[in-house]
Amino acid sequence: MAEKVLMKGNEAIAEAAIAAGCRHYYGYPITPQTEIAAYMAKRMPKIGGVFLQAESEIAAINMVYGTASAGYRVMTSSSSPGISLKSEGLSYIAGSDLPSLVVNVQRGGPGLGSIQPGQSDYFQATKGGGHGDYHMIVLAPASVQEMASLTVKGFDLADKYRMTSMILADGTMGQMMEPVSFEHIEVKTYDKPWALTGTRGKRKHNIITSLSLVPKELEEWNFSRYERYRLIEENEVMYEEFMMEDAEVCIVAFGISARVSQNAIRMARAKGIRAGMIRPITLWPFPKAPLAKAADKVRAFISVELSMGQMIEDVELATRCKRPVLLCNRVGGMIPSPESVLAKIEEAMGGDRT
Amino acid sequence: MSTTQILIAGFGGQGVLFAGKFLAYKGMLEEKQISWLPSYGPEMRGGTANCSVIVSDTPVGSPIVTEPDVLVAMNLPSFDKYENDTVKGGLILVDSSLIERKAVREDVSVFYIPATRMAQEAGFPTLANMILVGKLLRECPEMGYENTEAALKKVVSAKHMDLFDLNLKAIDMGYRFA
Repeated sequence: MAEKVLMKGNEAIAEAAIAAGCRHYYGYPITPQTEIAAYMAKRMPKIGGVFLQAESEIAAINMVYGTASAGYRVMTSSSSPGISLKSEGLSYIAGSDLPSLVVNVQRGGPGLGSIQPGQSDYFQATKGGGHGDYHMIVLAPASVQEMASLTVKGFDLADKYRMTSMILADGTMGQMMEPVSFEHIEVKTYDKPWALTGTRGKRKHNIITSLSLVPKELEEWNFSRYERYRLIEENEVMYEEFMMEDAEVCIVAFGISARVSQNAIRMARAKGIRAGMIRPITLWPFPKAPLAKAADKVRAFISVELSMGQMIEDVELATRCKRPVLLCNRVGGMIPSPESVLAKIEEAMGGDRT
Repeated sequence: MSTTQILIAGFGGQGVLFAGKFLAYKGMLEEKQISWLPSYGPEMRGGTANCSVIVSDTPVGSPIVTEPDVLVAMNLPSFDKYENDTVKGGLILVDSSLIERKAVREDVSVFYIPATRMAQEAGFPTLANMILVGKLLRECPEMGYENTEAALKKVVSAKHMDLFDLNLKAIDMGYRFA
């Protein structure tokens, strides 16, 4: 059996990033993700890496921009308000086709909000946040082990497709401890002929920029980026099905909401109600196909999320509104109880549905 | 197949999180599925703090303990807040040197341990938490005393191994308390 250690989700992200070959971390403290920076501050100097506490989130993301340009694996992390500050940089990184890993351990919002868990940055993460047409690969861990494994995966996908991978976690995932193993981590390396590494007078210089003043060229550039996005939607969707074989009600939930929903599904099953769950692991690309397939089998969907109802729109789109999609949510740092999810399952099974 | 949901609650500084971590490691050494979730934020600096620990034979769903099988109450606000949430037939351990009132519930097992006073008299005033943990090991059949030393070695940092013996003493004191 693999050696397991007990670690906070935040620490697992940091350790996994190091295992994935990341030697450059820039950040600015904010609850509930500060353990990532603390861990990096302790470890990076010992392994010849760089830990730098920037003067602001904006500075940190631009340091990521610079380091990514030079072809190094690089990351930053923050929580909701800090990610808003980084959004300009995220758009520039996307526009420059650079790989990076950005962690958002979400808290309640909007504004300064609370420091308790939230998932209300779903739109920001999956639909943009910064300006312009772009996507990030958005990974949603639901355990401390996944905080680690998806960090490694995030670096790989970022390098493979030259774009940002975002770990979209929440305060619970960041703060909780579970056993985690760092064995069997497979690190892939990618050639980066585009990187700014110095020409030594031997090759034509590379240019990293997001600027293109010729509309036709910028349009082509956008088209080619979206061609890559199409490949990602085809090849990189990840999700997990839980008790879906005979399910009549399908919960869709990620992160802490999926963990709570698991309890609710077991409670429903104990009462003879056939509930199941499709848990998106990639929020972008969204698991549209399995949801569309489920829409032919189940009576209803329930989107369980810590927001006023953001992912529910993607569930409705993916299922072409073939079945009713109910919302079960809490916000502001509150988390739905398994009982409230169960009540929603019962509502989906009975009651009037048109 | 069993799942034990434990809630340890008190003031920041009483070692609520440390006690939870010990129980989590003990479960891990016994190859159980475990989760540990602290309350976090300003309450860690002296307000009420609590810690959810789940030890289970099956994968842990939600890590949040809302209806504890075992409640360790280390101050009155926590006892007031969580007594009613404890499951029927559950176990409540009360630090009776800090909490004067008795339990209202009659459908749970309640043990009153003057842990803070015992810890002070024994010369390790900060280890009331581990005295209560000792009692928990005794009274909660799913936990038991096995692997206590090994789990303690995991949570007492190498720099503070001098505290290992004191922690063990505190656990034993609670375990033997009648």
